[in-house]
Amino acid sequence: MASSHGDAGALPVTRPRFLPNLAHLRFAPTLAALCLAIIVAIALFAPLIAPHDPIAMLPTQRLKPPSATYLLGTDAYGRDLLSRLLYGARVSLIVGLGVMVIAIAVGLPLGLLSGYFRTLDAILMRVMDGLMAIPSVLLAIAIVSLSGSSLTTVMVAITIPEVPRVVRLVRSVVLSARNEPYVEAAIAMGTRLPAILARHLMPNTYAPLIVQGTYICASAILTEAILSFLGAGIGTETPSWGNMISEGRMYFQLKPQLIFWPGLLLSVCILSVNLIGDAARDILDPRLKKRTGV
Amino acid sequence: MSEPHPTDIAAPVLSISNLSVQLPVQKHRVLDGISLDIAPGETLCLVGESGSGKSVTSLAVMGLLPKKVLAVSGGSIRLEGEELVGAGDARLRALRASRMAMIFQEPMTALNPVFPVGQQIEEVLKTHLDLSARARREKVLAMMEQVHLPNIERVYASYPHQLSGGQRQRIMIAMALILDPKLLIADEPTTALDVTTQKQILKLIKELQQRMGTSVLFITHDMGVVADIADRVCVMNHGQVVETGALDAILRSPREDYTRRLLGAVPSLTPRPPRPDAAREKVLSVSELAKTYASRSLFGQRRETVAADAVSFTLGRGRTLGIVGESGSGKSTVARCVMRLIDPTSGSIRLGAQEVSDLSPAALRPFRKRIQMIFQDPYRSLNPRITVGDSIAEGPRNFGVPAAEAHKRARDLMPLVGLPDDAVERFPHQFSGGQRQRIAIARALAMEPDVLVADEAVSALDVSVQAQVLDLLAGLQARLGIAILFITHDLRVAAQICDDVVVMHKGRIVEHGTAAEVLAHPRADYTRELLLAAPGRHWDFANFRPLAPAPALAADA
Repeated sequence: MASSHGDAGALPVTRPRFLPNLAHLRFAPTLAALCLAIIVAIALFAPLIAPHDPIAMLPTQRLKPPSATYLLGTDAYGRDLLSRLLYGARVSLIVGLGVMVIAIAVGLPLGLLSGYFRTLDAILMRVMDGLMAIPSVLLAIAIVSLSGSSLTTVMVAITIPEVPRVVRLVRSVVLSARNEPYVEAAIAMGTRLPAILARHLMPNTYAPLIVQGTYICASAILTEAILSFLGAGIGTETPSWGNMISEGRMYFQLKPQLIFWPGLLLSVCILSVNLIGDAARDILDPRLKKRTGV
Repeated sequence: MSEPHPTDIAAPVLSISNLSVQLPVQKHRVLDGISLDIAPGETLCLVGESGSGKSVTSLAVMGLLPKKVLAVSGGSIRLEGEELVGAGDARLRALRASRMAMIFQEPMTALNPVFPVGQQIEEVLKTHLDLSARARREKVLAMMEQVHLPNIERVYASYPHQLSGGQRQRIMIAMALILDPKLLIADEPTTALDVTTQKQILKLIKELQQRMGTSVLFITHDMGVVADIADRVCVMNHGQVVETGALDAILRSPREDYTRRLLGAVPSLTPRPPRPDAAREKVLSVSELAKTYASRSLFGQRRETVAADAVSFTLGRGRTLGIVGESGSGKSTVARCVMRLIDPTSGSIRLGAQEVSDLSPAALRPFRKRIQMIFQDPYRSLNPRITVGDSIAEGPRNFGVPAAEAHKRARDLMPLVGLPDDAVERFPHQFSGGQRQRIAIARALAMEPDVLVADEAVSALDVSVQAQVLDLLAGLQARLGIAILFITHDLRVAAQICDDVVVMHKGRIVEHGTAAEVLAHPRADYTRELLLAAPGRHWDFANFRPLAPAPALAADA
């Protein structure tokens, strides 16, 4: 054949890319992880770093402005605002992580079974639809009014409406994965049902569950704050960012820092968890990656 | 740049010279200096196995290479003398449809599911011409007439899902040719279609090409299709052109080794010599098997779909029975019923002397090990998260074989299926499609079954790999005495591996006999139709010569 074997043409010069990993390490998720790490550290070491007892009331020191002794001032009962803020991180994280773990622990097996058995699916999913229809705040108020306010009741109240979300997610993954030939091959090899669920189907749910888990965590932290603010959450003897905002509300024109600081920490915490969830989704499920400009 | 071609009188419509395409980051060359010319009105077949770069070539011509993933790194592409490498997006957009057009493998995904197909053809006219709505519609209807669509007024307003695969491909062709382009690129346009539909589409492309004088760049992996439609053939391998020449020259006297091997791997349509049926023992007997899907509409009307009806056959120890049919013939339904992956509506399935069609899952479990399956898609039939060894050992372990022994069995099977010993420690994604199919075979063999059900087990593989896997199955059968139920749509494959053949059509068996009888002297009209539609049936590829047509078919042809 006739062909001109000249030079290979002008090759487009691409810039050297020996640092791709650093370039891909995006700013927002990294900052979010850092913020969350700080909040976790605060929660873990609150007794060591808090300058004062968070529940000791000193009537002589009410509503003091920031000073050397009270770095952020005191609240209406003379309690140190900074110490209460630091201890408040504990409630938020316990509620966030606790709800996430319980919701997944309950939802994952239900979702696996529901995705595999059609008859069970029809019944279970209607129950889940019912649970999902209950607003978590109203449910929490009902439960708290029945059994008193405590960390446990708040967590139970927040978990109940989250479970159906986990069940639905797991079920949808199982529904599509169970028709994969490798699952049929396992059935043909006489693999028993528990092994098929645990070995062949469950691993498919891990990636979406990690992502969903972060969203559950963020929403639980927020719901706890709302409940505490409404007075249906945790009593003020245990400081939480939610009940601090609730108490500070009466004085906020006088002392805006009473709601500014807990509000700021709450926002930073929830934003961080959500950003980490987005990043996890981008890494684990590239199909859903948001289209970003170059 | 391109020198005038001494043998061509007319200037080529498309002239590719020394074209290279590479991954911009890794600098890996996907196309390495390929050159080819297409004369006016000519059909050039681009043949090669998967990964040979034939689709990348077509995308490069159309200017449709995925940006940032693949980039042209050198060479030139000229369409009627106009350089396309480095042409702007706007210019390429103007050229597409008007001067060059493309049709794809899967017309369902190439068409927009939410618009009527007529509108989608009109879209092309709207973009490129300034016509009144009435003139557009008339032009579209005229084009639909030309691609021989029935009831064009009705089809015009139909959505893609309301049409058959063949009709959708006709719509794609109408869309591609409505502006009378000089070059039509067809990328595996008939691969997803049944043979009888394929034959009609190939005929249509040929007819339109002659009428409109279009040049066709036809990409395919199927040598049969090449033999039927090509004027010239260009063989590609690993991003390079191996050999280019006239159809007859390539088929009769290929110069290159690779071309010889490629042609040699094409299974012959002539059935292999029958083996003596020594075995009296029947390992699988199916009789009067039926599967009906019932659905109830919102108002309680029952609709029944018969997927399989009155299917009966027997399979002797060490024999191979082929179930042949087009899509929707019910052949896979039968396989899945036999495997008890779905429950048959009625009928009997006996494994040896044991009736298994009505056993509960628990009662069925002991008999599972006697029948195993190999699936079509080797990429999905192995759990990607489990090592090959664990996948293979899973079956024996389910039946009480200790873990160490099960893993030893997996390791011992590797040389038997032609894989290295250390394959058991690796994961499925580290293997090619053909190797994965070997793993799937090893997994089935680990159960020491009497019957192997192979559901289109070689359809997703390249011909050379396909030949190896078929050899492997035949060898294993000779050594282990396994009976194989081989489900396929490919008559060539059936002719090479089956002792007996069952032809299915619309859920029923239309013909049943030895492979030699059924494929050489078909009695049923439908079988004859299938054989007549088999591409390249006049050619004996492996021996580089044309085939004398079989007498039974010659009368019809």
